[in-house]
Amino acid sequence: MGMTMTQKILAAAAGLPEVKAGQLIEAELDLVLGNDITSPVAIHEMDKFTTEGIFHKDKIALVMDHFVPNKDIKSAQHCKCVREFACKHDITNYFDVGEMGIEHALLPEKGLTVAGDVIIGADSHTCTYGALGAFSTGVGSTDMAAGMATGKAWFKVPSAIKFDIVGKPSKWVSGKDVILHIIGMIGVDGALYKSMEFTGEGISNLSMDDRFTIANMAIEAGGKNGIFPVDDTAIAYMKEHSTREYKIYEADEDAEYEETYTIDLSTLKPTVAFPHLPENTRTVDEAGDVKIDQVVIGSCTNGRLDDLRTAAQVLKGKKVAKGVRCIVIPATQRIYLEAMEEGLNRIFIEAGAIVSTPTCGPCLGGYMGILAEGERCVSTTNRNFVGRMGHVESEIYLASPAVAAASAITGKISAPEE
Amino acid sequence: MKASGTVFKYGDNVDTDVIIPARYLNSSDPKELATHCMEDIDKEFVNRVKTGDLIVADKNFGCGSSREHAPIAIKAAGVSCVIAETFARIFYRNAINIGLPIIECPEAAKGIEAGDQVEVDFDSGIITNMTKGTTFQGQAFPEFMQKIIKSEGLINYINQK
Repeated sequence: MGMTMTQKILAAAAGLPEVKAGQLIEAELDLVLGNDITSPVAIHEMDKFTTEGIFHKDKIALVMDHFVPNKDIKSAQHCKCVREFACKHDITNYFDVGEMGIEHALLPEKGLTVAGDVIIGADSHTCTYGALGAFSTGVGSTDMAAGMATGKAWFKVPSAIKFDIVGKPSKWVSGKDVILHIIGMIGVDGALYKSMEFTGEGISNLSMDDRFTIANMAIEAGGKNGIFPVDDTAIAYMKEHSTREYKIYEADEDAEYEETYTIDLSTLKPTVAFPHLPENTRTVDEAGDVKIDQVVIGSCTNGRLDDLRTAAQVLKGKKVAKGVRCIVIPATQRIYLEAMEEGLNRIFIEAGAIVSTPTCGPCLGGYMGILAEGERCVSTTNRNFVGRMGHVESEIYLASPAVAAASAITGKISAPEE
Repeated sequence: MKASGTVFKYGDNVDTDVIIPARYLNSSDPKELATHCMEDIDKEFVNRVKTGDLIVADKNFGCGSSREHAPIAIKAAGVSCVIAETFARIFYRNAINIGLPIIECPEAAKGIEAGDQVEVDFDSGIITNMTKGTTFQGQAFPEFMQKIIKSEGLINYINQK
């Protein structure tokens, strides 16, 4: 029996000729990631080890992005703890204010994630790097600590679901609409413990930023990872951003998939996930009359340059509706700078939006856009759980940057064409 | 090893944001996290939970954020075991890694109600609903995971290797 793309990467990292779904393996890690919320717990766990030190100072990435710039004293204490740890162990890839960005946008941009890598991160959206053909998955702080100390992690080899992508998306359909459509179809546990392997000729019609968005939200279907084949677009991205050697793995012809779905991009419409689960999807034309109080455009899901360009295209020359707060958050310093040079920030500010420094802030109800009781937000983030962005009686509607920008203008959930 | 206590029952897709809201993640102190455990799904949980009590839920318990603060908060609140139809995978790993016993058992998830007295035998995986007089066979952990649990967490397990 052949192996899936994920299984091939895991077999190589475990030093085995082949692996099967369900098999427990120990794999060598190429990168271990943590942020300002999860790293302090991991650093505390490190104290329990009988051996000192870390496995590799270049293969650990610590990104201060969730409550940074520090939102309060406790957050400042957390960052201080991580900063001291990074300094003590001379960790190369420590990113603090001034260099930081939202981790899953930052690491590919810095060239730290390439095809064939095995990556764990103490953040559930670590699955993002599958867009480049890496195996990457979210773990907790103890796994992160073990990874930092040993350079290894245990995995149960996942089975897989195949998504055969065909066709070409229409103008306002983006990666966000593709993944929301898929989650709406299979549910928030539809890929539980499994790989989501994307394949097919339609992938060539998806930009790198679209693919990052799709792989990023594999976790919202319960997936262990989401992964894309390595094509010219991915190779061009890696060559631009990284000096590291990448390794291309391909699924075997006879690889086994538990299910196969065909996704025809040409049939998709802009899609919105209604409260309080990402699977509660409707196409925007069926959204009805939903008045909103806030719009967030950013996050590890949709804070990249393509996303900002799309939002700016919609907002150009328009005004954010009275009574709506529109918060735009470029995901990294580089994206911020590029948005500025392209004149996007001017468009946002003239429209009445604000442009923030990179932060995860509002996505998880940390700061920079908390919702009051009864308020509604259209957000390009990844979760619309109860209380995720603030009050337990507030509501989050997940959408693409195009839909979010259009909704900011009208003050209700709207299609970009409107 | 056994656990027994009163059951707190929840439905599908209990996410880690409602188990421990991110507004409290500026702390990593288990005792402090425990005071906000389940706050956004059940405000009364922290006032009513007693050491040894159990959480029983339907499918995909612990979905969403990878925050280990979620199983840490549950364990520090005194919960002795979580039984669910299925668990989200990161929560599953985290619970094992910190030594919070969890058992997948769809039948028990259906056959146990809030307030029932339940006993769990971790060696056999047998779950007994003492209130209703019913028993269920929970899924035993693979040997590899049993070793981690017996070592009281992943770090000790690695230290012993």
